[in-house]
Amino acid sequence: MWEYLLLAILAAIAVFAAIAANYAHDLAYMVNALTVMLAAAMTFVWALRQVGAPKPNLANEYEDGVIRAGVIATCFWGIVGFLVGVVIALQLAFPSLNFEWAQGYLNFGRLRPVHTSGVIFAFCGNALIMSAFYVVQRTCGARLWGGKLGWFVFWGYQLFIVLAASGYVLGATQSKEYAEPEWLTDWWLTVVWLAFLAVFVGTLVKRREPHIYVANWFFLAFIVTIAMLHVVNNLSIPVSLLGSKSVQVFSGVQDAMVQWWYGHNAVGFLLTAGFLGMMYYFVPKQAERPVYSYKLSIIHFWALIFLYIWAGPHHLHYTALPDWAATLGMVMSIILWMPSWGGMINGLMTLSGAWDKLRTDPIIRMMVVSIGFYGMSTFEGPMMSIKAVNSLSHYTDWTIGHVHSGALGWNGMITFGALYYLTPRLWGRERLYSLSLVSWHFWLATIGIVLYAASMWVSGIMQGLMWREVDSQGFLVNAFADAVAAAHPMFVVRALGGIMFLAGGLIMVYNLWATVAKQPAHAALAAPIPAE
Amino acid sequence: MSDPHSNDPAGGPAKGRPAPRKSGARAAPREKVAPPTTGHSWDGIEEFDNPMPRWWLWTLYATIIWGIIYTILYPAWPLPGGATPGILHETARKEVAADIQKFQEMNAPIEAKLVATPVTEIAANPELANFAQNAGHAVFQTWCAQCHGAGAAGAKGFPNLLDNDWLWGGSLDDILTTVTHGIRNTTDPEARFSQMPAFGEILTKEQIGQVMNYVMSLTGAAQDPAQVDAGKQLFADNCASCHGEDGKGDRAQGAPNLTDSIWLYGGDPATLTETITNARFGVMPAWQGRLTDAQIRSVAYYVHSLGGGE
Repeated sequence: MWEYLLLAILAAIAVFAAIAANYAHDLAYMVNALTVMLAAAMTFVWALRQVGAPKPNLANEYEDGVIRAGVIATCFWGIVGFLVGVVIALQLAFPSLNFEWAQGYLNFGRLRPVHTSGVIFAFCGNALIMSAFYVVQRTCGARLWGGKLGWFVFWGYQLFIVLAASGYVLGATQSKEYAEPEWLTDWWLTVVWLAFLAVFVGTLVKRREPHIYVANWFFLAFIVTIAMLHVVNNLSIPVSLLGSKSVQVFSGVQDAMVQWWYGHNAVGFLLTAGFLGMMYYFVPKQAERPVYSYKLSIIHFWALIFLYIWAGPHHLHYTALPDWAATLGMVMSIILWMPSWGGMINGLMTLSGAWDKLRTDPIIRMMVVSIGFYGMSTFEGPMMSIKAVNSLSHYTDWTIGHVHSGALGWNGMITFGALYYLTPRLWGRERLYSLSLVSWHFWLATIGIVLYAASMWVSGIMQGLMWREVDSQGFLVNAFADAVAAAHPMFVVRALGGIMFLAGGLIMVYNLWATVAKQPAHAALAAPIPAE
Repeated sequence: MSDPHSNDPAGGPAKGRPAPRKSGARAAPREKVAPPTTGHSWDGIEEFDNPMPRWWLWTLYATIIWGIIYTILYPAWPLPGGATPGILHETARKEVAADIQKFQEMNAPIEAKLVATPVTEIAANPELANFAQNAGHAVFQTWCAQCHGAGAAGAKGFPNLLDNDWLWGGSLDDILTTVTHGIRNTTDPEARFSQMPAFGEILTKEQIGQVMNYVMSLTGAAQDPAQVDAGKQLFADNCASCHGEDGKGDRAQGAPNLTDSIWLYGGDPATLTETITNARFGVMPAWQGRLTDAQIRSVAYYVHSLGGGE
């Protein structure tokens, strides 16, 4: 009965998507509709083949298939995101790479959101979903709730990424940073995200441990808050149900404020809280040490959750935003410093007593560098939110450098650590294919990040100083183009750093592939859930 | 990989027992005795019941206290009747206004003098000349560089201001008029205005080719001699009224000199054909009302000084 209902729904979606594609008002919408049609048709075929198939009772096994898929997706989107990043870095350094024939599709303006969403939502998002599913099962001693719902979250999220990225290239955008996807893609993500929340909470509810582990607090905070942020910031009215364009509900400075409330907390909850969840599981596991302080984890969790949500206005210093909002954004950002560092302390101190492993285990080394970059960028952030500092740093490359020391250093490195931890376990292999390749990855990535961050500090501070430089009579000294020309060498160094980071990523993908393909399996893939 | 069997939770550190501490490993003094754990274990992960680091806690308290003080000093808390203004009554707007006022007051006397002096006499007064040069440069970099380039060398469709070739005149007064009222804009009734007809509607394609060849011959560029003769007559009938019989242009109408090998849009056959067929209509905004009189005079003086001034 349910199987036939599902088939009917999928068939209806495919047919309606085909009709929508036929009457589409713009190319982006048409391609999105065709993508939806294709996805529904493929799911239809899959569902058809499942009809009447026997259902094995897997209640006593962890659902690891969706996590294996998540590992592959994380690697794939990581490489895509890094590659597009390298391309746009080179386009900035050498504008002729914005080829005439690719104008309107592959020029910098179209590719930039592909890079930012590719890294934040495709790479980091997949890493978070995958590790949340892994960690919640292991620390609850329970199979993922919802049967196939976990797989729906996985494939639904991939569809969201494809819809968003193809939309960007074809010109569908709300022009809101990190919230570029248009209304149709936003609605779809809302459905997928609520399913993600349901799977996660469902698993927590049926846990066999009496207490909820700290990593799961962070994951839950991340899922709930992102749902709220996403819905509020994307409140918009479609111009037509057959076109990609929509009109924002908020306008003017209110729209800007909502956007940066969203934007900053996407950083705060997706890239910080979610990844702290990863850190709280993979660091103690890899170090084989207890977490340093339970008290610290409680206090810094609640302080972080309470304070982050206030910090958005620091993106709008010296704009039409009222002074009082700017003050609150700045003050809360500075108080946020210590709560952020609580995670760093707990991570680093968990390793105390296992420092000798830094010599032998490049994965631990990656995690330590990751936590180090986390600490550095969560100090840099509050500092940059101070109005006086912000008046120098805002709109310059310093901001870009800050974001990347967080994204490449903290998010990238902890994800690499998690991938190296998970792959042998998920595919039942004795060990990684090569630890020396991990070392190569570690050094390429670390040096790449340092080149990236340092060049952006130099060019950012230089830009800030050049833009504000006035002579004794109060006249501006430099034209904007002077600052652009002066930054060129730094743009080249930045691209070089990005190439090194990408090269490290490729080495990792090869290493993970070889771990599975070139080594024999040593244990049954399906891990039984321990009886408590 | 030190823990290959962790799919089996029993493979992790044993429950209820902190991992053994290596003797000789460096540790904080208060950790010399392994602290108690909370007694829970998740997939083999336990938690020590360590206190929060004191320096961390005190820094957190310090930032909170600082935050409270800051919100008392500056505008901060939204209330029904408006936000608290803060006891310092500072606002970002006030800071900027004070900054601007400082320079305005400082420059007011010399700006008044600049406006009162005819532009042609600025150069004779070293103090005024220095100020106008400096201010003109700043105004140019802020408002003019977008089209004419930071170095004023122009771009396709935007005149080079460094050379001797002027569309509407290169004397100080001419430049001042151009900057003040702009060119072919709809906002200033005194803007300089002229319009070249689109000859695509008047001449045949063949005739346009002949005119193009004739125009190219004016600068000695490669051309088809057979077409030049026919083009000469067409030029005299259609173009000479503005560009002059000799093709040297007419500044009163902003008609470019076609004999000097300086091309605003390009002197190759394809571009010239396009120009003759569709005509050109370069627009420059009027700066009167957007810039002060002193700024306009300064930038006119600056442009005049770039090398081509007459």
